[in-house]
Amino acid sequence: MAKRIDVSGLTAYYGSHKAIEDISMTVEPRSVTAFIGPSGCGKSTFLRTLNRMHEVTSGGRVEGKVLLDDEDLYGQGIDPVSVRREVGMVFQRPNPFPTMSIFDNVAAGLRLNGSYKKSELSDVVEKSLKGANLWNEVKDRLNKPGSGLSGGQQQRLCIARAIAVEPKVLLMDEPCSALDPISTLAIEDLIGELKERFTIVIVTHNMQQAARVSDRTAFFNLAAVGQPGKLIEIDETERIFSNPSVQATEDYISGRFG
Amino acid sequence: MSNAVITDKGPSTLRGASLPKWSPYAIAAGSVALGLGISAAAGLSSSIQWALIAGLLFVLGTYVIAARVEGRRQAKDRVATALVWVAFLLAVVPLVSLVWSTISRGVKVLDFYFLTHSMGLVADSEPGGGIYHAILGSLEQVALATVIAAPIGVLTAIYLVEYGRGKLAKAVTFFVDVMTGIPSIVAGLFILSIMLMFDMQPFGFAGSLALAILMMPVVVRSTEEMLKLVPNELREASLALGVPKWRTILKVVLPTSLGGITTGIMLAIARIAGETAPVLLLVWGNSLINANPFEGAQQSLPLYIYQQYANSAGAGAAYDRAWAASLTLIAFVMILNLVARGIARWKAPKTGR
Ligand SMILES: Nc1ncnc2c1ncn2[C@@H]1O[C@H](COP(=O)(O)OP(=O)(O)OP(=O)(O)O)[C@@H](O)[C@H]1O
Ligand SMILES: [Mg+2]
Repeated sequence: MAKRIDVSGLTAYYGSHKAIEDISMTVEPRSVTAFIGPSGCGKSTFLRTLNRMHEVTSGGRVEGKVLLDDEDLYGQGIDPVSVRREVGMVFQRPNPFPTMSIFDNVAAGLRLNGSYKKSELSDVVEKSLKGANLWNEVKDRLNKPGSGLSGGQQQRLCIARAIAVEPKVLLMDEPCSALDPISTLAIEDLIGELKERFTIVIVTHNMQQAARVSDRTAFFNLAAVGQPGKLIEIDETERIFSNPSVQATEDYISGRFG
Repeated sequence: MSNAVITDKGPSTLRGASLPKWSPYAIAAGSVALGLGISAAAGLSSSIQWALIAGLLFVLGTYVIAARVEGRRQAKDRVATALVWVAFLLAVVPLVSLVWSTISRGVKVLDFYFLTHSMGLVADSEPGGGIYHAILGSLEQVALATVIAAPIGVLTAIYLVEYGRGKLAKAVTFFVDVMTGIPSIVAGLFILSIMLMFDMQPFGFAGSLALAILMMPVVVRSTEEMLKLVPNELREASLALGVPKWRTILKVVLPTSLGGITTGIMLAIARIAGETAPVLLLVWGNSLINANPFEGAQQSLPLYIYQQYANSAGAGAAYDRAWAASLTLIAFVMILNLVARGIARWKAPKTGR
C-alpha cells in the first residue's frame, strides 16, 4: 500500500524566482521522514511538489523527477488529479469545508471523487475518524458543522479527511504548529500508528517533534535570502540529532544559527 | 527607595475628564432647538434649511464642547461620530419620506381588484382598471432576463476568478466594466436596431434582452467578489484530496459562496425591475393582458407608472393608479431583498456546535 518516493534533481520556481534547487532524496515506504530547516528555505514548496500541488499556485513550475514506485509524477500523460489521490496532504492551518458537516467533511474525498458505495460510506467515515483519534469526541455530533470543532479537533478532522481516501503517501505541512501540547501529542501518536499503513512526510519547526516521530530527517537550508533552498543532508534521525555529517546541520539543531 | 516611588502615585494618567453619556443627545436637542429658533427668526420656511442648520450646529457644538472638556483627540473622535450620524440622517430622511408618500398615496386604489384586473377599455382619465397585465408583464420580462443573464454572469465570474489568466481575462474584465456603464436607453436602442433590421414589432422578450444586457455586468461583478472571498485553502484542501478542479468549483467553492451570489443576483433583479426606458422602446406598453412575452406588446410596472402619469392629462384617477403601481413595484423589490437576505442567512457557512 505505502509507496516509495524517489526524487532526483528537483528544482521548483515561482515565476522567475527559484525557490528550491537540485534536490534529490529517497523517502522509504512505511516510515516517517521529517523536513527541518529555517523559514523560507523551501520545505513547503518541496512538499507540495510531491503531490503536484505546487503547480496550483500561479507561476509554479517544476523541473526534475519524482518517482512514486518507479512512475514519474511529472512524466508525460500523468494526471495530477490521480497523483493527488495517491499522495494526500494535511495543511498547516486546519481547513475543514465550512458548508459541510463533520460526516460530510470526512466523506468529502470519496463523494467528490464520485467513487464510492453508499453502504460503505459510513464505515469509511467511522474508520477514518477512529484512525484520526477523533471518533469518541464527535460520534454524537456527526451532523454538526466541522467548523464548530476546536482547532486541534479540526486538524484531526482534516487528517481523517485525508486518510479516508486511502492515499499511499501522506504529506503533512507543520500539522501541529497551531495546536496545544496535548493535541500535538495526540497527532504524534497518530503519526506513529499511520506509518504502519502510509508513507509519511512531515514538515516541522519543532526539533523535539522531529526527533520523536521521524525515522529519517532531512535538513534544508538556503545560502542567503533570495537564494534557492537546498537539501543539506538526509539521514537516520538519530544520526542527524547526535552526529550529523555537515556542520551547518549541527549548528541549526543546537540553535547556533545567525 | 524604589518603594517610595511606587507608593507616591500622582493622579492617574489613564483617566481623563469625560463628558457624560447623555451629552450627545443633549447637544443634538440643543442644536435642533437652535436651528428651529434661527429659521423662525430669519423667516425661513423650508424644513430642509433648519435641518441643515441643526446638523451643522450639532457637529460644531460637539467639537467645541468636547475640546473644552475632554481635549482635542477625544473631540476629533466625537466629531467623526457626529458626522456619521448626520450623514446617516441625511440619507435616511429622504428615503423614509419617499416610502411614506408612496404608501400614503398608493393605498387609495390598491386593493384586490386593482391587482387582479387589467386596464382593459378603461380610459386613462377614468377611475377603475388595474395592473394585473403590468405585473404579469414585469414578472415575465424580468424572469426571462434573469434566466439569460444570471447563468452567463455567474459563469463569466467563475471563469475570471478560477481560470482567467492573461489577455483574454483582461479583455473580459474590460468589457464587463464597459457594460456596467451602458445607459439603459442605449441597451434599448441596441436591441431596437436589431429589431428594426428584421422588421419586428415590439414584444416582451425584446425587453428581456435589453434588461439582460443591463443585468449581466452587475451579476458578474458581485459574483466575482463573492468567489474571491472563498479562502484559497479550501480550494487546495479539495484539490489535495484528488478532486478535479471543476468538481472543486462546483462542490466546494460555489456552495461556500452561494448565499452571497444569490444576494447579488437578487439585487441585480431589483435593479432591472425598475427600468423604464428599454421597456418603453421595445415592449411598447399595452392596456390589455398579454401573457405571451414572445409576441405582441406587453405592459410592465415601471412603464405603466410612466404612462399613467404622462397620459392622464391631470386626471386624479390616473395619478392614484400610478402611485398604487409604484407602491406595488417597491413592495416587489422589497420582497426580493428580503428573500435574498433570507437565502444568504440560510446558506451562510455554518458555525457552532
Ligand atoms: N506563492 C508564492 N509565490 C512566490 N513565492 C513564494 C510563494 N510561496 C513561497 N514562496 C517563496 O519560496 C521560498 C520558499 O518558501 P516556502 O514556503 O517553501 O518556505 P518554508 O521552508 O516552508 O518556510 P516556513 O518554514 O516559514 O513555512 C521563499 O523564498 C518564499 O518567499
Ligand atoms: Mg512552510
